[in-house]
Amino acid sequence: MALPQAIKAGLPCMNLLRMTAVPILEQLYLEERLLRTSAENWCIINHGTSLPTIVMGISGRPSELVELKPVLRDQIPVIRRFSGGGTVIIDNGTLFVSLICNKNAIPGLQPYPHPIMSWTGQMYGQVLHEFGDFHLRENDYAFNSHKFGGNAQSIIKDRWIHHTSFLWDYDARNMEYLKLPSRAPKYRSARSHVEFLCRMKNYVPSRTTFIEGTIKSLGGHFSIRPFDLDELGSLSGSGSLSGSTKLLTRQELEEAYSFQCVAVR
Amino acid sequence: MALKLWASSAANALKLSSRAAAPFPASSISRCFSSVIDGFRYSDSHEWVKHQGDVATIGITDHAQGHLGEVVFVELPESGTSVTKGSGFGAVESVKATSDVNSPVSGEVIEVNSKLTGTPGLINTSTYEDGWMIKVKPSDPSELQSLMDSKEYSKFCEEEDAH
Repeated sequence: MALPQAIKAGLPCMNLLRMTAVPILEQLYLEERLLRTSAENWCIINHGTSLPTIVMGISGRPSELVELKPVLRDQIPVIRRFSGGGTVIIDNGTLFVSLICNKNAIPGLQPYPHPIMSWTGQMYGQVLHEFGDFHLRENDYAFNSHKFGGNAQSIIKDRWIHHTSFLWDYDARNMEYLKLPSRAPKYRSARSHVEFLCRMKNYVPSRTTFIEGTIKSLGGHFSIRPFDLDELGSLSGSGSLSGSTKLLTRQELEEAYSFQCVAVR
Repeated sequence: MALKLWASSAANALKLSSRAAAPFPASSISRCFSSVIDGFRYSDSHEWVKHQGDVATIGITDHAQGHLGEVVFVELPESGTSVTKGSGFGAVESVKATSDVNSPVSGEVIEVNSKLTGTPGLINTSTYEDGWMIKVKPSDPSELQSLMDSKEYSKFCEEEDAH
């Protein structure tokens, strides 16, 4: 495959795939396929998603995490993704940045949750430190004690993915679809969704500032190669991939709602 | 970054030292502070195998559980599933991450540890005993010879943490 730009000497290549309003389910299917069947490093950026959607981690149970009555009423899609972590509701104000890396792409970085998050935290810190009091706080991205980015990871034998949903903006009404999680970081201090979260747009001048800053920060570790969505068809996949990402059916949500109603009584 | 890894391993090693003795004689705590069991075999992706008769019991090592953190969810195959040496058979979730678990041997799953559904933390607290994940009938017992013994694995962990 011809490389349109010179490779930075000694740095591994990272394909940069930019998308706009690709549905989150498609994005997750793509990410899981690239994680498991590609041998290359990837940065995937998606500006927003077409519909408000709830995305749980691999062990998420809708009866515990989601206000099922309004979700069923308003037909909000609920997805269980292949990575770990908590539950988010995403919409067209969400910015997605996903990093898929080979185990040896970052010298000295061990493929375990804390080292990976420490590295990504430093990488995003380079981008955001001038805009606010940025922290990787109990594995969340926060300005002071207000979370603006939820991340999750999946680690396989020789590769890992770290993907983040950044709240560039969000509709506070959508938070009503989520329960307060029983498992929460200590710094949350039992605050409501609205009190706990903040919007990136109140700190960072523009989405472009953040995205271009992130690409520049990654450029210190990788030789970035722009990649077109159209080129994905040329990637050799291993036939049909039975992934873990799943859109829950209405029947599954109704069963969870029945369970939720019984639990309340 | 390196200090965090050492602290995590040391903390878990201290916890292990107060537990009941394993059925196999435990080696002294290695220089990398992760414990191993003499007589078990180990893969380079940090799974252990206890081979008795025609049953191979499999779990993840103390080194792995120390670096992963508190395990909150375990995904296991069903009995009757075939597993292949070096390929994933399940996953654990810890600290917002799912991590694949790979089988050190090929064969058929004859039993899964159902206790892990309700108590996934057994992988952290009883790594080489109650935290076992699957039992396999090996299709090629000679595969065990290519795995590391406890001494080789301890050295492997030490070298990995030194990077």
